[in-house]
Parts: sequence; C-alpha cells; structure tokens
Amino acid sequence: MKRRTFIKNTIATSAFIGASSLTLNSCGTEKKKHITILHTNDVHSHIDPFPNDHADFPGLGGVARRAGLINSIRRENPNTLLLDAGDIFQGTPYFNFYGGELEFKLMSMLKYDAATIGNHDFDNGIEGLLAQLPHAGFDFISANYDFSNTVLDGHTQPYRTFIKDGIKIGVYGLGIELAGLVTKKLYKETVFLDPYEIAVDTERQLKENENCDLVICLSHIGYEYKDKNRPQDIELAKRTKYTNLIIGGHTHTFLDKPVVIKNAVDDDILVNQVGCFGINLGRVDFYFGSKDNKVEGASIKV
Amino acid sequence: MAKLKHFSCLKIKHFVIIITIFSIASCKQSAQTLTDISAKQITVDSTYQSVKELTDFIKPYRDHVDSVLDSALAYSPQKISKTDGEYNTSAGNLMADIVLQQASPIFKMRTGNDIDFVLLNHGGIRSIISEGNVSARTAYEVMPFENTIAVAALTGASILDMVSYLIKSKRPHPVAGIQIILNADNTLNTLKIQGKPFDKNRTYYVATSNYLISGGDNMGFFKDAQEITEIDYKIRNAMIDYFTKVDTITAKVDDRYFKLD
Repeated sequence: MKRRTFIKNTIATSAFIGASSLTLNSCGTEKKKHITILHTNDVHSHIDPFPNDHADFPGLGGVARRAGLINSIRRENPNTLLLDAGDIFQGTPYFNFYGGELEFKLMSMLKYDAATIGNHDFDNGIEGLLAQLPHAGFDFISANYDFSNTVLDGHTQPYRTFIKDGIKIGVYGLGIELAGLVTKKLYKETVFLDPYEIAVDTERQLKENENCDLVICLSHIGYEYKDKNRPQDIELAKRTKYTNLIIGGHTHTFLDKPVVIKNAVDDDILVNQVGCFGINLGRVDFYFGSKDNKVEGASIKV
Repeated sequence: MAKLKHFSCLKIKHFVIIITIFSIASCKQSAQTLTDISAKQITVDSTYQSVKELTDFIKPYRDHVDSVLDSALAYSPQKISKTDGEYNTSAGNLMADIVLQQASPIFKMRTGNDIDFVLLNHGGIRSIISEGNVSARTAYEVMPFENTIAVAALTGASILDMVSYLIKSKRPHPVAGIQIILNADNTLNTLKIQGKPFDKNRTYYVATSNYLISGGDNMGFFKDAQEITEIDYKIRNAMIDYFTKVDTITAKVDDRYFKLD
C-alpha cells in the first residue's frame, strides 16, 4: 500500500517536473500571434471597377484590384482569413449571363475561406445556387437556414473552424428571413430559424466544445432597422457573449468605421460591414499574447 | 501516523496534479489571450495593382457580355425620360405600355382573362433612354431589378383606393390602359378603364410588379387583391423582347393621367 503510494507519488512528481519544464519552455518562447480577417459583403456580381464618371463610386471597386490588395496583406501576414457575408449574386449582367459561375470562380482564385448565404444568392432558385457550388473552392456556412428538405441539404455547414498559427478560429453564418423578401418558389422548403437563438447556441458550441480562441459571425441579417423587432446585427451583438466580431451584410451599410458594442457580459464586440459592390475591403487584426492585466478585455482600435 | 502520512501523500499528489494542470492551463491562456484588436475599412481604388491572372480570366466573359448587350435592338429618335411630365412621363408611359403589350397574351393564355390596365412605380425607372441605338444594356440600365410581372385582381373599391393613393402621392406613377383626369382641386373628374367608364361593381385585372404586390412603395391596396397571378416574366425581359420586336421606340407624354386647369 505504502509502496504503491510512493510510486504513484514519484510518477506524479516527475511528471510535474517534466511538464513544468516543458511549459516553462513553451511559455518563454511564445511570441505575439497575429490573425488578420479580411471581409467583403454584398458584392452583387460587381467584377469590374465602376467607370470613372460614376455618380456614386467613380473608379472604385473591381475584383482584380481587390486581389492585388489582398495579396499584399497576405504577404505581410500569411495568417489571414478571407470571408464574405453574402449576396455574392445579382447586380450586373455577369450574373444574368453566367448565373454566378464567374463570381464563384474569381472568389476561388482570391482564395476565399468561407461565405454565408444572402437572400439574392437564391435569385436563380435553390437549384441555381446548387448548380454553381462546384465552382466555389470555399465553404458556405449557415447556422440558421435548415436545408434538410431541399437540394442544398448537406452542401452547407453551420460553422467552420480554421487553425492559423495555432489559433483556432470558429466562423458561423447567419441568414435573413426569406419569407416576404424572396419568392417562395426560389427558396423552396428552406426553413429560417431564429438568428439570435442560433447565434447563442453556435457561439457556445464554438467556444466550449470546439475551444476556439476567436469566434466570428458572418451575418446577412442586416446592420440596423427602424423596426426593432427585426433581427439586426447591433442587437445580435448585445445578445452574444463569445463572439468577437460580427461581419455584416444585406443593408449595404457604409460605416464610417467599425463599431464597438457591449455584449451580454459587458465585453466589447466589433461589428463591421463594408457597404456593397466591392467598394471596400474590411480588415480586422487580432493580436494574441500574454497580457499583464488579464482581467481587462482586449483593447480595440478602430 | 500511517494514516496521516498517507493523507499527506495524497495532498502532495493532488497539489502536484493541480499545479501541473494549472501551469499548463495558465501557460496556454497567457499564450493565446486576445490582447489587441484593430479594425478598419480599405477603399479599393486605383492605388492597388490589378492582378493580371484575374483580368485575363475575366476578359473573355466581359467581351461576350459586351457583344450581346451592346448590339442595337431598336432606335430611339428622342430622349425618353421619367421627368418630362407632371402626371405622366415618356419613360413611364413606355414602361407601362410595354408591360401591357408583352404580358397580356401570356395572362390571357394562362387564365383566359384580359389585363385591364397596368400600374408601375415611378421610382422603379432607374435611367433615361438617350437618343440613338437602344440595346439590351439600355434595359438593364432602366430596369436593373429582377422584378417580375404579376397580375392582381382588384375590386372596384380597391381601384378607388388606388386612385386616392395616386392623387396623394403626387408622383407620375406609370399607368397604361386606364385614364385618370383630376379636377383642379385634386378630386377625381374622370376614370376610364380600357376606354370604358369605371364600374365599381367589377373586378379588374391589374398588371404590376411583384415588388409592388409585396408592399413596395406602400401601395397598400394590393394587399386587398382577391387573387394574384405571377406570370414569371421579368420586366427587363419584357423590355428586351419589345426592343427586339420594334424598330423605333416612340414614347411621349399624353393624356392618360393629368389634372384640369
């Protein structure tokens, strides 16, 4: 009895010594980690830049120029994710002619990591979206559309996780209510689930089960409405507690700068939306490291 | 003593395990604690170099789209605008006439009924048509939305609600197949549909866009429709089909909707 206790004790002690020396080593050499999130929303088939005489966006946008910008950021920080918050389709004749094939092929060339589904992505019907999926080298994520009884069943995921430089990033998607916005014939038996409830469930899963270090919501529910009963990003932000960033879409909101809101546990959460048509690229940099005062949340510069 | 020793051993063991777990956990935490965030928006302008691989990839698609969109389908001898009249405009009249002409045979074939008149919204016309060649691109400019044509069966009472809406809105919402004449004091003087006096006991078939049916521009009277028939025909495609069919586009301000002096 005594002997066994002694052996156990010795093993535990040596394990402690080994483990502590290991952890001390790894702690000591840990350098600050840097994750960059790039994002677009509501690009609406805008592939070419606007003409120089355009009233609203003279000479702006263009997917080939966006690629140049993204490449330069990736050279600066290879630990970069590129995300889109939906409404990839509809807005120029490219969509009417090719049904979204060119949009998906170009986004694949730009190495998008994930996108969520906007209401206009149903414009050629749910079959039209399915038909273009082979051209997309990135995943479609949507947590609150139930596609079980549609042809899209099994082609989307509620969320995805990515590991960049040892940091685990969870990204979940939210879509807008389709009834009244999209003809039923187009979205068929797609079931819309409450985005607030789904967000809270999914962020908890990403934090507690998947142990994500960073949680991002790709939302196409819209930034803000006069009707406070409609689901909207600024209210969603207040109800979540693990989500670090909401990347929004749908309302084509050109924010002066990203917005910081207090979440359900009084921590800061970022909400950003970059207007529409590929005019802007959103960039959010997350830095991880040891901090002297851990109780205080991360400092946000916008 | 032995019992005490055993107890202390356990204590040490627990302490060791707890410390080990704690040190690993605290290390992991300190290594991956979010410390700083910075966020901004970058405008994609000409300071960023286009990636040649992408411009080369896009070119054949663009060339094809341009060749199809820019081939002349018809000719417009004059500028067609939505601001050249107070109660009806050349562009509005053209759009409403196109919808009436293109949708009527489809609706007749599907339901056996005739479209009585058309109502669109003034805001739905997004561009002028310049003097010169008219192409498919013109249709995309005037009607960039994917709105489709739908036919609402409206009672006489709903038609009167519609007229009140038009009077109140003070905008030249496009109409065809109907004549509305207002008195100087904004009351209704004459209401004719298909050249016949309005009959308040009748149901009328009104072609419009699915956008207005679903509450767009607050045209609430469409909510009272007895029946809606979607004819799955985009307004833009109706324009392209019309441009393909005719040689010259004639559109002018006329007397379909006006106010007496």
